[in-house]
Amino acid sequence: MEAVNRRNRAKKYGMVIDLDKCTGCGSCTVACMAENNIPFRKDESDKLLSIAWLHVYKLTNGKPFPHTDVCYLPRPCMHCEGHHGHSPCVSVCPATATDYDEETGIVSQIYTRCFGCRYCMAACPYHVRLFNWWDPVWPDGMEKMLNPDVSVRMRGVVEKCSFCYHRHQRAMEKAYLEGRRELEEHEYQTACTQACPAGAITFGDLNNPKHAVYRLKKSPRAFRLLERLGTRPKVYYLSSREWVRQAGDNHLQQEKQKI
Amino acid sequence: MNSGLIPEGVKRCPTWKFALGVAIAGAVLLWGVYAMLLCWFKGLNQTNMNNAYGFALWIWADLAVIALGGGAFFTGFLRYIVGKDELKHIINYAVLIGFICYSSALLILAIDVGQPLRSWFIFWHANVHSMLTEVAFCLSCYFGVLTIEYLPLVLENRKIDQVPFFHHLGHNMHHIMAVFAATGAFLSFFHQGSLGGVSGVLFARPFGFREGVLIWPWTFFLFTWSAAACGPCFTISITKLTEKVTGKKLVKDNVVELLAKISGWMLTGYIIAKIADTIYWAAVTAPSKGFRMMDFYSHNSFYGLWILILEVGICGVLPAAILITDRGRRNQKTLVTAVVLASLGVCLNRWVMVLQMLAVPVLPFENWVLYIPSWQEVATTVLPVAYGVILIMVSYRYLPVFPQEPELNPVKS
Repeated sequence: MEAVNRRNRAKKYGMVIDLDKCTGCGSCTVACMAENNIPFRKDESDKLLSIAWLHVYKLTNGKPFPHTDVCYLPRPCMHCEGHHGHSPCVSVCPATATDYDEETGIVSQIYTRCFGCRYCMAACPYHVRLFNWWDPVWPDGMEKMLNPDVSVRMRGVVEKCSFCYHRHQRAMEKAYLEGRRELEEHEYQTACTQACPAGAITFGDLNNPKHAVYRLKKSPRAFRLLERLGTRPKVYYLSSREWVRQAGDNHLQQEKQKI
Repeated sequence: MNSGLIPEGVKRCPTWKFALGVAIAGAVLLWGVYAMLLCWFKGLNQTNMNNAYGFALWIWADLAVIALGGGAFFTGFLRYIVGKDELKHIINYAVLIGFICYSSALLILAIDVGQPLRSWFIFWHANVHSMLTEVAFCLSCYFGVLTIEYLPLVLENRKIDQVPFFHHLGHNMHHIMAVFAATGAFLSFFHQGSLGGVSGVLFARPFGFREGVLIWPWTFFLFTWSAAACGPCFTISITKLTEKVTGKKLVKDNVVELLAKISGWMLTGYIIAKIADTIYWAAVTAPSKGFRMMDFYSHNSFYGLWILILEVGICGVLPAAILITDRGRRNQKTLVTAVVLASLGVCLNRWVMVLQMLAVPVLPFENWVLYIPSWQEVATTVLPVAYGVILIMVSYRYLPVFPQEPELNPVKS
């Protein structure tokens, strides 16, 4: 009975990103970096060594001018549900340093337990998991600007987008103090959602009909990245452009022709 | 100077020659140790790995040496469990090579992790769903078994054997070796398989993912099978190399041919299973995820169909065909060609299952990522080779590794 109740109460936090609205300005990435104390180096030209929890891809339809079309695709962690919480990364971590929270649907990363084997990075097809190749070094004085709610990560561990989980904790603490057990939609929002000037990112509980994401995910424009792999991501994208929706997954030639 | 330590009835090179050999291998070893210390103290930024290549040269080396070291468990299984008595003449060397391979694998793993001091978390916070957890447990236990299997050989050193306690210990250990051989075979089945499972369970990586039975993907069984088939081939390769270097015949042909014959049939079975697996993967598994087989072998400057043909055809079918024939096994040139090709084949298999798997783009709007290891990665990968050479040199010089050596090379008094 308790298990049933728990399941009924369970949240499934997720995101819907409207790609028709995204301008590729990168505000979401900047806000994410500031919010989550993401380290950077003087030379960030090698993007394969950079850490950005939210990376903005530039997609094109591959057609020549004047038929060229461009789409910017922000990519946070997909917080995959996988099969019964066995998201690709969670099931492989040998030290249980990453976990699927059944109550929120958030895939966490325990920095102090991660020993840097990077198996989770190999498992993730979205490349959302990033390794700290160096210890973080902040420019003079910047350490005073760090977010006290988010621990900085040391060299040799993996990190990734947490859906600003510290904001969830803060909101829950406030709610508990006020004698509540449930959060309003506005009480827990990620930094990228709030920073997007175009309002392209919507965040909330995918299970809650009162939340905007519940309705948006059912849009005929909605799709998820690499759905056919069975990862069951909790980040949805919206686009009215067929080629953008097609770019979200791999298709065989005959399937493309059918579409 | 050290003639009292050298086994009776055999001849060894002069001390200066031996010392020179150890010094050369030692210099390479020191180079590797320097690179290892750089990685430990400065971090994995010393490598050319990146966020697309979380696994790279080291994990390949790890999987490859464990497969090559499979000669120890399979030869032990044949000798002690199946009862192939002739193999007692090569089992010592198989165990020594296995010991080197497995200790190397553990060392490489210790360098490869970002926080080596937390390595024990894999045991303390073990995730039972992870193939790496199974690898860690079985690998550590089997290394213990290999140490126990190697110990009686060490105790047979002339000086050590003079101590009654060690003499009796060694003698009694020989009697219970079947128990350890069985334990080793059991543990090896699981960790060789788990290493195959490492890529096989990655359901979001279509190049590596395989269906399977219960919790085990087909790669679980293929890895165990290939290690059992190719590990003994590596044992034979190193035996032949040792004979070449020492200029002596160390193991009789009938022993080598028996092991080669069993390997040949194992390899034949494996390669049939591997071809079936590849066809099913290309025709069913990959298309179900939106991929054509050629998506994995095109649109990049390195990985083409050639690697599949090389692994399955030239380094799989060809050596299997040689080793299952009497003529192929009796001709020294074809025998050596076959065992070397089989050893290369299993290494190539591990390469594609680690590096090609990560190189293949999964998101449709990403590209292939190729990688060239840094000198630190190369040096730390060469380190175990130098260590292995030294351990073989020392063991060969001071221990009766090859029981048939005195008979095959009588010393004129």
